[in-house]
Amino acid sequence: MTIAETLVYSRPKSFTETQSHYCPGCTHGVAHRLVAEVLDEMGMREHTIGVASVGCSVFAYNYLNMDFVQAPHGRAPAMATGVKRVYPDRVVFTYQGDGDMISIGTGEIIHAAARGENITVIFLNNANYGMTGGQMAPTTLPGMKTTSSPNGRDVETMGFPIRAAEMLSTLDGASYVVRRSLHNPKNIRMAKKAIRTAFETQVRGLGFSMVELLSSCPTNWGITPGDSLQWIEDKMVPYYPIGDYKVSQMVADAKI
Amino acid sequence: MTKELMKGNIAIAEAAIRAGLQAYFGYPITPQTELLEWMSARMPELGRAFVQSESELGAINMVYGAACTGKRVMTSSSSPGVSLMMEGLSYIAGTEVPMVLVDVMRGGPGLGNIAPSQSDYNQIVHGGGHGDYHTICLAPSSVQESIDLTVLAFDLAEKYRAISVVLTDGSLGQMMEPGELPPMQPLKTKFSDWAVSGTEGRERRFLSSIYIDPPAEEVINLRLLRRWQQIQASEVRYKDYYLDDADFAVVGFGSVGRIALSAVRTARAEGIKVGLLRPVTVSPFPTQQISELATRVKGILVTEMNSGQMLDDVNLAVAGKVPVEFFARLGGVVPFPDEILAEIRRMATSDLKLEGHPRDRWLARMAA
Ligand SMILES: Cc1ncc(C[n+]2csc(CCOP(=O)(O)OP(=O)(O)O)c2C)c(N)n1
Ligand code: SF4
Repeated sequence: MTIAETLVYSRPKSFTETQSHYCPGCTHGVAHRLVAEVLDEMGMREHTIGVASVGCSVFAYNYLNMDFVQAPHGRAPAMATGVKRVYPDRVVFTYQGDGDMISIGTGEIIHAAARGENITVIFLNNANYGMTGGQMAPTTLPGMKTTSSPNGRDVETMGFPIRAAEMLSTLDGASYVVRRSLHNPKNIRMAKKAIRTAFETQVRGLGFSMVELLSSCPTNWGITPGDSLQWIEDKMVPYYPIGDYKVSQMVADAKI
Repeated sequence: MTKELMKGNIAIAEAAIRAGLQAYFGYPITPQTELLEWMSARMPELGRAFVQSESELGAINMVYGAACTGKRVMTSSSSPGVSLMMEGLSYIAGTEVPMVLVDVMRGGPGLGNIAPSQSDYNQIVHGGGHGDYHTICLAPSSVQESIDLTVLAFDLAEKYRAISVVLTDGSLGQMMEPGELPPMQPLKTKFSDWAVSGTEGRERRFLSSIYIDPPAEEVINLRLLRRWQQIQASEVRYKDYYLDDADFAVVGFGSVGRIALSAVRTARAEGIKVGLLRPVTVSPFPTQQISELATRVKGILVTEMNSGQMLDDVNLAVAGKVPVEFFARLGGVVPFPDEILAEIRRMATSDLKLEGHPRDRWLARMAA
């Protein structure tokens, strides 16, 4: 008797075999995998240059199997601009955390979007600074305890969170700006589709694209991986609604 | 090629374009802005990359990205803007990618003023950004030299995977002089085996300045240091004037070197046997040449538009072999040739001392 084999899973070519350094239950790995799958499916691996940032994903280039550069904290969109302007036909993307992109790198991201820079930004929002041990980020929720807001984020003195997707969507230069989440399979599938659309936006020369991904940080949140996913759903999604904040007419017409 | 009358800043911009510049990123700041404006018209016209960035932070990181592709890339700014670039410069040094920076110095500290100054010598020559690294620093004193050194800056940056700085000031940037531009070089089409471009047909590459393992970072630091030794051995450049039979020497760089030359010529006409050594590379510094000079003159006058930043390097080279004197104007004030001439006369006629510090003696003279 012969058994027919159907391949249902394999490692994307865009993904290396390096063992991950991410904490158990961290969704950075999921986001990496989605980027790798999308670049494989688009056949773009060999034509892509990634820009890693400073944060837990600083070693993204160890996992994503393509040319990479690594930017100073917050400067990835500027570095990506430099790469893209001299290689307009390559796919150029940044992979940034929330501290990186919307705190120290606020100027760079806003102007990359405003210029309509033809790059893709993968933005991981985990409501804290993961790498440095869980300090308050611009995305930390009101009342949320972190190592630098031990009594909870008091908006009177620490201000309010920044909703990056909403903010960037106000810029005429931004073509595709959406928020997705990585907390369950349905949302992960939606996230992958958005990442595909973002890269397609770039490949078609339609301008700036950004996918914000709500992501877990069980280590610094001090809860289990399972509870972290639930926490995203219960706490983060209400504050950071999943949705399409900017889909320019050209991107909509392209019916990606 | 014929000579044309042009501003220093524009001469540098056009020289860079002719040296095969493939991308320029910058932010407006006086007294450098003409350079950026020239690029904004010329680069797009030639189909090359130009971006006016959101800040100097943006500019230097755009340069960083483009430099990682091995293409010829530069930025330009003036003192406060260059301060903002220090983070990026350190990363670029740590990643060992070539780039050119033009720093048109102005009066400081802080917002200071827009007058010519040399007060960022230490920032460029002795670091600025964090970590152990050196930049190659070329200091022109005329429009023609601005052109020639800009072309050289690209070649040296590429040869040594280093940062080349063209260090000028507001007067050199703004002055009009005749200069001859080089012919247009073809753009690079072949890039080094470290440059990123997409992995097609080869192993993947990544460029970073992170070496988490200290012994690995030590290896990089040692590599940078050895490369710097090689640069010190091969790339020192300077100009000497009337030094063969000189009893006294003046040392000054950039626009002050040029002003000092007028003073030296007048002093010669008065019968004072004085010459000038003008460092063209202030980094690597002509230490040996000055050390040798110290064995055959009776005194050395260092003159700068800062509080004696290069003086420290001259003192190290002279090592107490001969008295050193100092004269400076600060804060954007440019010395007159007559002021330097007076210092030369004083040096030639007074009893020079080895004791004490030349800077202290200068301050004491000013107070008197
Ligand atoms: C200029 C500078 N400031 C501070 C740091 C320290 N630092 C490293 S990672 C980090 C926060 C990163 O947080 P985030 O971007 O949210 O990414 P995550 O680690 O959560 O994925 C900080 C502050 C640095 N490397 N450089
Ligand atoms: S600290 Fe947080 S973001 Fe960083 S790897 Fe661990 S779980 Fe992920």
